[in-house]
Amino acid sequence: MILELPLLVFLVMTAAGAILAKDLISAVFILGTYSFTLALVWALLGAVDVAFVEAVVGAGLATVFFLLTLSTASEKDTQIRRSAIPWTALIGLPIVAILLLYGAADLPAFGDPGSPASTHISPIYLEGSVAQTKTPNVVTAILMDYRSLDTLIETVVIFTAGIACALIYGKGSA
Amino acid sequence: MSSFFLFVLVTLTALMVVYLYRVIRGPSVFDRVLGLNGISTKAIVLLVVIGTVFERVDMFVDISTGYALLNLVSALAVAKFLEERGAPQE
Repeated sequence: MILELPLLVFLVMTAAGAILAKDLISAVFILGTYSFTLALVWALLGAVDVAFVEAVVGAGLATVFFLLTLSTASEKDTQIRRSAIPWTALIGLPIVAILLLYGAADLPAFGDPGSPASTHISPIYLEGSVAQTKTPNVVTAILMDYRSLDTLIETVVIFTAGIACALIYGKGSA
Repeated sequence: MSSFFLFVLVTLTALMVVYLYRVIRGPSVFDRVLGLNGISTKAIVLLVVIGTVFERVDMFVDISTGYALLNLVSALAVAKFLEERGAPQE
């Protein structure tokens, strides 16, 4: 599609900008734009729920948490002293990129109905979820019904992490 | 009609590039904050237009509302942070 290429250029530009920023506060803002762009890409690909999570967690919560962390750090810690790029990274990372592109060439095309991902179990979900779970959104049906135990344990994990963060970040006067 | 919405999508994306320049180059932190806010307003409109193209506006309106709410929260967090800390010297 005509819009995907500009968004990809956008993603690369924002990612590079976040790495090359001079202080961490600017890097946090540029990372926010990166998440916005990534959420747009997810929305364009039709993964609306992933786009929602990316917008909520990536652009919203992560920015707030980064700023919360920076507000407790001292002034000199938010400046970046950049050292020279090691030659192992200059050689190794392009090799990894070429390997990944080589592997990606074998993947089935986007939206291919004959690909393994869309022939194994997803037809069962897509055809039966409304009748079985009475939920119009198939992603919600999978998360909250077919795999509800997974979701429950995930919620427990995130809740525990939240309690731990609150205990560490709080004043400790309990 | 679909080509009209596609034109709107491309134009909005081109507008985002202008803001992106401010966010990445922007001399002071306030330039970056304003640029981020501009990008997020464009992203909200863009999401609704994408929903119109896919003919599933009801779902995309939900996301753009969530976007807008979180944008407010993060803008408040930025404002509070800059109030406590003061803008960094460039």
